[in-house]
This record gives sequence, C-alpha cells and structure tokens, in this order.
Amino acid sequence: MLKLPDLGEGIEHATISTWYFEVGDQIKEGDDVVELATDKATFNVSATHSGVLKQKLAQKGDDVKIGGFLAIIE
Amino acid sequence: MPQINSLRENKTESLLQREASCRICDLGLIEHAAAYQVQQNMLKEALATKINTLIFCEHPPVLTLGRIATEEHFLFSQKEIREKGVQIVRIDRGGEVTFHGPGQLVIYPIFCLEDFGKDLKVYLKQLEQVAIDLLRCFDILAHSIEGKRGVWVGNQKIASIGIGVRKWISFHGMAVNVNTDLNYFSLIKPCGLDVQMVSMEKFLNRRIVLKEVKAKAIQCFAKNFNLKFI
Repeated sequence: MLKLPDLGEGIEHATISTWYFEVGDQIKEGDDVVELATDKATFNVSATHSGVLKQKLAQKGDDVKIGGFLAIIE
Repeated sequence: MPQINSLRENKTESLLQREASCRICDLGLIEHAAAYQVQQNMLKEALATKINTLIFCEHPPVLTLGRIATEEHFLFSQKEIREKGVQIVRIDRGGEVTFHGPGQLVIYPIFCLEDFGKDLKVYLKQLEQVAIDLLRCFDILAHSIEGKRGVWVGNQKIASIGIGVRKWISFHGMAVNVNTDLNYFSLIKPCGLDVQMVSMEKFLNRRIVLKEVKAKAIQCFAKNFNLKFI
C-alpha cells in the first residue's frame, strides 16, 4: 500500500494533483507515483517497492489525509 | 499537538546547528522554460550528491500557473495576454498564478530538505523569513501574514512563494519584486487574491541595484539556513 507520508507540522491533508502511472503499469521502487498539492507546495510520493499498480485509492482532485492510503502496488 | 510541534522545532533547530554546503548559480535573464530545465538537472544531481544550490535569475515577462490556479485568476483572455508579449506557463509548483518579469529577483533553492527538518511549512516559513530579512537590509519592514503565503509590506505583497518537492529536494521558490514593472500584475489576480503588489523600487522611490539585492539575499539565506557557500 502506498501512503501519504508526514509532510510537516500542521499539514493534515493534501490534494491529488497528478498521477504519473495508470492501473496495470509496472512501477519500480523509487519511482514518483503521484503528486499531491497543498496551498503553496507540491510533493511527489515515491514507490516504496516495485510492482504493478493494482488500484488507485483516490483520484485527481481528492483530498487525502496524512497517513491515508493512495494506491495498491503489488 | 504542542508536544509533537515542540519535538519538531527541536529537531529543526538541531539540524540548523549543522552547517550545510551550498553553491550559487546565477543564470541572469533567462526564459522560464530554460531555467526550469536547469532546476530539473540540479534536482537530479542533488538526489545523487546531496549538494544544495541557490539559483538566481530574472525571467522575460511570463505568467506561471501553479497547481491550484484557474483561468478565473486571469483578468484578460489568454490571447490578449500573449499579445502583450507575456508567456503563459502551467507549472508543477504549489499555489496559484503569479507574474515574473525583468527587474524581479527570482530565487530557486534546490535544497535537500533532509538537511532542514523535512517539514514543508517550516521550509516555507524559512523562505518568508529570508525575504523579510532581505527587505530589512534595505530599510523595508516586511512581514508574513498568518494563513497567507508570501511577504507583505503593509497590505501590499512584495514577494511570492511557491515550491515543489521531489524526494525531499526542493525546487521552484520565491520571487521578490525589486524593480518589477507592476503594471503586469493587473493582468491577473496575483496568487488568486485581490491584492495590490508593490516593489522595492516603488516603496523606496528609487531604482535598486539587483546585484546588491542578490548579495544581501545570499547573506540572508546563509543566516536562516546555516549555509556554508562552496
């Protein structure tokens, strides 16, 4: 499971702005999978392991809480 | 969560007690797209080497749209804006729309945020503090406003901030209106707000030497980020 990591003090959620992969794509550990935006920053979340993107658990424009699940990579 | 916040502050303070190495790259007047490519190259290099870089530049007239910018922030059609010689570029930084042009000092820190606490809000606040300290060097008392990003003189905005972060390396950064032609801001709602913009030139009623602003900016970055320039 790909999670939204802690981005710092007082940031409780971020909005998905770009997905770099589609369901079914092969992803390598370290690849930037998804970009999230706060009011003045964008932040890429990288894959913690290699695998296939099985499911996106949130879509572009969705708000995700810190620690929330973003995708299933198996 | 005061306890967690206090732990974070202690962690950031302890990290800032260590000097971080940084180099300076002055690109002069450069097209936005070319400067973006330089940022990307240095970001890739920083991933491998952990070298911090401070990029200085000016851009020909361009409106950049951050991730949450919408066309409602334009006060003219895109065609009319382009006919005025202003490029429009959608980019991967946070924030709304802003203007860059000659006479504005643009600073892109390519910083390894692991050196500075891995905290986006703390980093944004540090950038604001750099701008506040820089303006104070020129006898301009500027401040930040809770809930709004950027740096202000009274209720007028003088510096804008918007960043991107990849694997905890920062790019994009801030723009300080030094001798900027402020008429261009009438094309947009800067940062999505109905705000009036101001420049150092307008505030002080004299032309400012950009080279002097860069020199002071280097000192302010060194102080706020505990940098050693290489």
